Amino acid sequence: MSTLAIDKAGPRRKVKYGSMSRDRAWALRWSYFFLALFAIFFLTPPLYMVITSLKSSAEISAATNPWWVFHPTLSNYLELLTSNQFLRFFWNSSIVSLVVVILTMLISVPAAFALARMRFWGSPTLATGVFLTYLIPDSLLFIPLFKMFALIQDLTGITLLNRWYVLLFVYPTLTVPFCTWIMIGYFASIPKELDEAAIIDGASWLQTLTRIFIPVALPGLIAATIFAFTVSWAQFLYPLVFTTSIDQLVLPVGITTTLIKGDVFNWGQIMTGALLGAAPPLIIYAFLMDYYIAGLTAGATKG
Amino acid sequence: MADVSLRKVVKRYDDVEAVRGIDLDIADHEFIVLVGPSGCGKSTTLRMIAGLEDISDGDIMIGGDVVNDVPPKDRDIAMVFQNYALYPHMTVAENMSFGLRLKHYPKAEIKSRVTEAARLLDITDLIDRKPKQLSGGQRQRVAMGRAIVRNPKVFLFDEPLSNLDAKLRVQMRIEIKKVHQKVRTTTVYVTHDQVEAMTLADRVVVMNKGRIEQIGTPNELYHKPATRFVAGFIGSPAMNFVPCRLEDVGGKLNIRLTDRISFPLPPERAAHYNALPRNDQLQLGIRPEHIAESHAHLDPGVETFDTMLDVTEPMGMETLVYFNLNGTPVCGRVNPNAGAKDGAPMRLAMDLNNMHLLNEATGLVL
Repeated sequence: MSTLAIDKAGPRRKVKYGSMSRDRAWALRWSYFFLALFAIFFLTPPLYMVITSLKSSAEISAATNPWWVFHPTLSNYLELLTSNQFLRFFWNSSIVSLVVVILTMLISVPAAFALARMRFWGSPTLATGVFLTYLIPDSLLFIPLFKMFALIQDLTGITLLNRWYVLLFVYPTLTVPFCTWIMIGYFASIPKELDEAAIIDGASWLQTLTRIFIPVALPGLIAATIFAFTVSWAQFLYPLVFTTSIDQLVLPVGITTTLIKGDVFNWGQIMTGALLGAAPPLIIYAFLMDYYIAGLTAGATKG
Repeated sequence: MADVSLRKVVKRYDDVEAVRGIDLDIADHEFIVLVGPSGCGKSTTLRMIAGLEDISDGDIMIGGDVVNDVPPKDRDIAMVFQNYALYPHMTVAENMSFGLRLKHYPKAEIKSRVTEAARLLDITDLIDRKPKQLSGGQRQRVAMGRAIVRNPKVFLFDEPLSNLDAKLRVQMRIEIKKVHQKVRTTTVYVTHDQVEAMTLADRVVVMNKGRIEQIGTPNELYHKPATRFVAGFIGSPAMNFVPCRLEDVGGKLNIRLTDRISFPLPPERAAHYNALPRNDQLQLGIRPEHIAESHAHLDPGVETFDTMLDVTEPMGMETLVYFNLNGTPVCGRVNPNAGAKDGAPMRLAMDLNNMHLLNEATGLVL
C-alpha cells in the first residue's frame, strides 16, 4: 500500500472565473431587465386605453395630464353596452369566429390526420402545399376573392357580398392551412405503434382519429383552436372589404367605421370598444394558456 | 387458436428484398421465436403476419385461411409492441378493453375478461391507473393484458422486452413463459436476443438477410447448427472458428490446426468426416465450454495443447481465457481455480467429441 500525501489545506480552487451560481445570478439579472422592458413596452398601450376609456370626451380633449383620470366615468362603457349597434358588431364577431373555428377544426383535423398518417401518393408534397398557401398574404388574396364572390352572384344569383356570412367562407382560407400544419406536426409526433395497436384492436381510420389521436393530441388541438379564434376575431382587411352595411359589420371594422366620423375621433368609445373587443381572446388565453404552450412546443423535446 | 403457415413469402421495398421467400409452419399452441440480427427481416415477417405490411409475394395462412388481403382487425390476432403502445389517455382497464369495446361486447363479459387477465398478470391493483403512472415492467404487463383479453388466434410479440433493463427482462421472460403455459395461444415472438429465443421458444427460427437459416428446437440449434451463421449466433460467448485441414496420420484421420497442433479425431467423428477431401479449406467450430483446463483424467476424444493466454476474464463461476491459434483469436472457459493468468502459459484441453467442421466457402456445417 502506498500512502497518500494529504494536503491539510485541501485542494486549491480557482475561483477567479466565478461559479455556476454567479453566472446564474447575472443571467437572471439580465432576464429581469429585458422582461421588465418588454412588459413596459407592451403594457403601456393597454394601460393608456384603460385610462382613456374612463374619461369623458371633455376631459380627453382638455390639456390635463393624459396619464391620470381626474373625473372617472363609466359612461363610455354604458353607452357602448347599451348601443344596439355595438352589440350587433359583437354578436356578428362572435358568431363568425365560432363558426369559423368549428369549420376549421372539421376540415383541418381530418386533413392533418390523412396527411400525417395515411401515406398516399403525393401526401408529403400536399402537406407542404397546404403550408405554402398560408404564406400568401391576405392583402394579395382579397381582390381575387372579391371577384370570385361577385362572379358567383352573377352566375347563380346567390348574394354573398356585404353579408356577414361571407366571412365564413373567407376566414378559413387563413385558418385552415396553419391549423392543418400545426396538427400535422402534432399527429406526426404520436408514435406509429399507437395507430398500429388501434388498427389491430379493430379500430377503423375514423375511430383511430376520434378515439386515439384527438384525445392524445388535445393540447395541439387547443392550440389550433385558439389560433383560429384569434385570427377570425381580429381579422380586419377581409371584413372591411367584404362587408359594408352597418348591420353586417364585425367588431374591428365596426368600431373604426362608426366611431370615427370624418376627422372626428370618439377616443373614449374607441378605446372602450377596443378593450371590450380584446376581452374574449384574453379570457380564452387565460384559461387555455398551458395547453397552448404545450401545443406550440410539440415535438421540441422527446416526451 | 390456430396454426400459421407462410408459403414463399416475399417482402420488397422498391428494389430491396427485405424478406426473400420464406416457408414456415407454426403449429397450434406453439411458441415460435424469430431471431436474428437487425435488418434480417424478422420484424417485417411478423408485421406481415399481423397485416401491418403488405405481402409482395407468397401466401400467409392463419387457421388454414389465406389472409393476404384480410385487414389486421379481421385476422383475429393481438400484438405486443416494443414500446408498449398503450393509449396514454386511457386507464389500464380501458386500454385492455378497447378492442372488446370496439366490437361491442357485453359490458359484463368485458369486465370479467379484464379482471381475469389482470389477475393472470398480477396487475389487479393498477387497473385504474394511466400508463404514465406505471413502470416499464408494468406497462409491458398491460400490453400483454390487452392482447390476452381479446382471446385471439395468434399472439404476436415484437421485441417486447428490449426497452426493459436486464434484470426485469429476465423476470418478464419467465412471466411470458408462464402466461403461455396457461393460455396456450399460438405465439410468434421476435427478438434479436438469442438468450430470449432459447429460453422462450418451442422452436427457434434463425433468420439472416431475409432468409431462414435454420428452424429447430433450442437444443437442436445449439448442438446441431446447420450453418456457420447459426453456430456463431446461438450461444454466448460465441463459438470459435479456427481454420483447419484434415490429414491422414498413420491410418487415422487427424485435424491440423497449426504447424504444431494436430489432433486425432474421435472414432465417431472420424467416421463422419472420412469421406471429405483432405486439402479443402475447412474451419473447426468449437464452443468455449469445450475448451477447458487440462487435468489428469481426460475422457477419450479430449486432446490437450499448450498455449500462451492473451487475456483472462474472471466471471466468478468461471474464467474466460482468450488466446491465439495461428492468428485466430479463440475463447475458452476454465475453472476459476485453474490458475489462468494474463500473458501466462497454460495447458488446455479441447473436447473434440463436440466439435463441428465447416466448409469455409459455403459456410455449411459438414
